[in-house]
Amino acid sequence: MTEENKKQAGAQRFGLYLGLATIAMLFTALTSAYIVRMGAGNWLFVKMPFQFWISTAIIISSSITFYFAKTSHRSGNISKYRMLVWLTFILGIAFISFQYMGWLAIAKTGIYIDGNPGGSFIYVISMVHVVHVMLGLVLLSIVAIRTSIKSYNPDHIYKIGLMATYWHFVDFLWIYLFIFFQIKFF
Amino acid sequence: MSTKDLHHGHSEQHAGAAITDHVHYQDTEGVIRFEADHGHHDSDRNKKNFIHTYIFSTDHKMIGKQFLITGIIWAIIGGGLSNIFRMQLGFPDVPLHFIGTIFGDKWAPGGKMTPDFYNMLITMHGTILVFFVLTAGLSGTFANLLIPLQIGARDMASPVLNMLSYWFFFLAGAVMFTSFFLPSGAAGVSWVFYPPLSAIRSAAVGSETGADFWLISMALFIVSSLLGGLNYITTILNLRTKGMSMSKLPLTIWALLITAILGLLSFPVLLGAAILLIFDRSMGTSFYLDKIYISGIGAMPHEGGNPILYQHLFWFLGHPEVYIVILPAFGIVSEVLAVNSRKPIFGYRAMILSMLAIAALAFFVWAHHMFVTGLNPFVGSVFVFLTLLIAIPSAIKVFNWITTIWRANIRYTPAMMFSVGFVSLFISGGLTGIFLGNSSIDIQLHDTYFIVAHFHIVMGVAAFFGMFAGVYHWFPKMYGRFMNRTIGFIHFWVTFVGSYCIFWPMHYQGMAGVPRRYYSHGAFESFNKFGALSEFITIAAIVVFLAQLLFVFNFLYSMYRGKKVTELNPWKSNTIEWTTPIHPGHGNWDGPLPEVHRGPYDYGKDGEDFIPQTVPMRPGETTHHG
Repeated sequence: MTEENKKQAGAQRFGLYLGLATIAMLFTALTSAYIVRMGAGNWLFVKMPFQFWISTAIIISSSITFYFAKTSHRSGNISKYRMLVWLTFILGIAFISFQYMGWLAIAKTGIYIDGNPGGSFIYVISMVHVVHVMLGLVLLSIVAIRTSIKSYNPDHIYKIGLMATYWHFVDFLWIYLFIFFQIKFF
Repeated sequence: MSTKDLHHGHSEQHAGAAITDHVHYQDTEGVIRFEADHGHHDSDRNKKNFIHTYIFSTDHKMIGKQFLITGIIWAIIGGGLSNIFRMQLGFPDVPLHFIGTIFGDKWAPGGKMTPDFYNMLITMHGTILVFFVLTAGLSGTFANLLIPLQIGARDMASPVLNMLSYWFFFLAGAVMFTSFFLPSGAAGVSWVFYPPLSAIRSAAVGSETGADFWLISMALFIVSSLLGGLNYITTILNLRTKGMSMSKLPLTIWALLITAILGLLSFPVLLGAAILLIFDRSMGTSFYLDKIYISGIGAMPHEGGNPILYQHLFWFLGHPEVYIVILPAFGIVSEVLAVNSRKPIFGYRAMILSMLAIAALAFFVWAHHMFVTGLNPFVGSVFVFLTLLIAIPSAIKVFNWITTIWRANIRYTPAMMFSVGFVSLFISGGLTGIFLGNSSIDIQLHDTYFIVAHFHIVMGVAAFFGMFAGVYHWFPKMYGRFMNRTIGFIHFWVTFVGSYCIFWPMHYQGMAGVPRRYYSHGAFESFNKFGALSEFITIAAIVVFLAQLLFVFNFLYSMYRGKKVTELNPWKSNTIEWTTPIHPGHGNWDGPLPEVHRGPYDYGKDGEDFIPQTVPMRPGETTHHG
C-alpha cells in the first residue's frame, strides 16, 4: 500500500467507527425509551423464547467463524478462508431465521406487536437489529464475492477487516440487547 | 503519485486529467461556464459526460452547489408558504384564489383557506426551513464546498457517500413535495409532530397519508444527514494537508466539525422516535398512545403508551438541531468578520472552546422545551440552570465578534453586512432566550408569539444571515464571478430592517398571550386589538420575501453575467481555498497540495495586511492567537 492509500484506508476505518456510533445512538434511544416506559408501570414482561437463545449462540459462532476466516486469509490459506466466509454468511441467514421463529413463538403466547408496549418494544427493537444484520449480510456477500472469487490479493485483508468490525459490532449489539431484555429495571 | 500527493490512487488519473483540462478551459473564458465546462470536459475528464459532471457528480464543489441550489428552491417554497398563512393572520378577508388553483378547491372554498390547510402550511413551513434549508442547505452547502478546500484535500474521504448524501436529501425533498398534492394534503400536525395527533390517522385531516409521507421523507433526510456528517468528520480529522494542525484550522471548519458531531449523535435518536411513531401509526402499537376517545369515531384500541416519551426523544434531537442550524453560521460569520475587518479574530481558542461548550450543553437542555408537560419542578430547575449556562459561551462569542470589528478598518461588502447583521440578530434573539429558559416565565410565554419571535430571530433569520454571508463571500470560489454589490446591499437592508419589523412586534403579541399556531384569533376579544399589528407583520413578511427574490435574481444573474474574478485571492484572505485556481477542477490544486505554516487569522500582523497560511513562519516569529 502506498502512503496515500494508507491515509485513505485510515479515513475509511474511522468513518466506519462513526457509522457504528450512530447505530449505537439509535439503540441507546430505543433502549432508554424502553427503560423510561417500563418505569411508568403497566408493563408486560416478556420471557425470551428458546429460539432467541439459539439465535444468540448462532450469531456468536458466526463472529468466531469470521474471525478465523480473517486469520486464514492473512496467512494466505485462501480455500479455508473461502469456506469460513461463506459459513459466516449462512450463519447470518440462520440467525435471522431463528429471530423470525422467536417472534412467532412470542406471538403464540398471546403477546402481539399491538398489545402492551412491553411486548411491542421487544418486537420493534429486535426487528431494527435484524435490519442491521441484513445490511451486514448484503455487505458481507459483496466482500465475500470480491475476495473469494477473484484471485488472492493480500490487500483484501483490509476490506475484510472493515467487514469484520461491522459484523462483530452487530453481534455484540445483539448480545447487549438479549441481556438487556432479561433485566427487570423496576 | 509522489508529486501529485493524491489521496485516492484510483482517481489519480482523472483528477489529473481534470486539472490539465481545466487550464485549457480558463483560456476560453467568456463562454457561459455551464456549456464551456461541458464541452471541454467531455472527452478529457475520464469520459465524464454532462450527467457525471452536473448530476451524479462526486466532486465536493459540485455537490455543495447542488445542496445550495436545492436549498434555495426549498427556501422559496418554505418562505412562500409563510406568506400565504401570514395573509390568513393579517388579512383573513382577502380571497386567495390561487390556493384553489394550485392545491385544489377544497382547501380554499371561495378563496378562503380552511383551518386544515392553515395547519398544513405551518407544518410544512417549519419542516422545510428547519431541515431542508437551514440544515441541508446551510451545512450541506458549506461543509461540502469548504472542508476540502480549507483543509487542503483533493476531495472528501468518500466522494461516493457524499454524492449519496445529496441524493438521499433530494429524495426526501421529492417525497415531501409530493405530499402537498395528496387527496388528504400534506402533514398538518406541526413540525414537531407530537403524538397523539400525529400517531392516529383519524385524528385530523393533517394526520392522514401526508403524515406517512412526512415520516418517510424524514427517514430519508436522516440517512442523508448521517452520510454527510460521517464524511465531514472523517475528512476533517484524517485528510488535512501537511502542517494543517487542528489549531490552524479556520473557524468555519471547526464549526462544521462540531455541527457534524452534533448531527451524528442526535439524528439517530430522531430516527428511533420516528420508528416507534411509524409502528404506532401503522401496526397498532401503543408506544405513544394511551386510552383515547375520538368524538364521532369512538374509543381507540390503544393502551399503555405515553405521548411525553416522544417529546423527550424528539427534543433530544430537537435542541442539538438548533445548534446544527446556527453553528455553521457561527463559523462563516467569524471568518467573514475577520477577513473584512483586516484583523485577527479575537480569541481564536475561546471561539473554539465556546463552540465545544455549546455543543456539549446542547445534549443536556432538551427538557426546557417541555416545562409545561407536567415535568417535576425540581427536574425543571436543573434544566433551567443548564440552559442558562449556555448564555456564557454565547456571550463569549458575541464579545469576540464585536471586539474583532472594534476599531477595525472595515471593508464593507454584502458578506460583511450580513455578518454584522447576524451578530445583531443573535444578540436580540439570544436575550429573549434567557426569558424563555426560566421555567417560571416560560409557563406564561409557552406557545405564544413570544417564542415564535425568539426562535425566528435567533436561529431562523440569524442562520439565514450566516448563509447569505457565506454565499456572497464564497460565490467567487463557486462560480468564478462576483455577485452584484448594489443588489447585495439592497437585499441586506430590506432583509435586516424587514426581519425586525416582522418579529419585533411578535414579542408584544406573545407577552399579551396571543397563542401561536391558531388559525384565527378573531374569537378572542382580548386579541382583537392586535389586528393592525398583524397586518403590519404580514406586509413586512411579504416585503422581506420579495427581497429574497432579488437575491435569487442576483445569484442567477451573477452566475452567468457577474463581474469576473481576475485574481486568485479577491478578498485578500489567508485561508488556502484562495490558492486554488479561479475555476478549480476535481482535485482542487493543479500541483501538489499546499503546505500550511501558520494560523488562518494573521491579519495586520507586523505591519503586513495579511499573511496567507502557506507563507512559512519567519525566524523568531511567534504565533498570533492565544
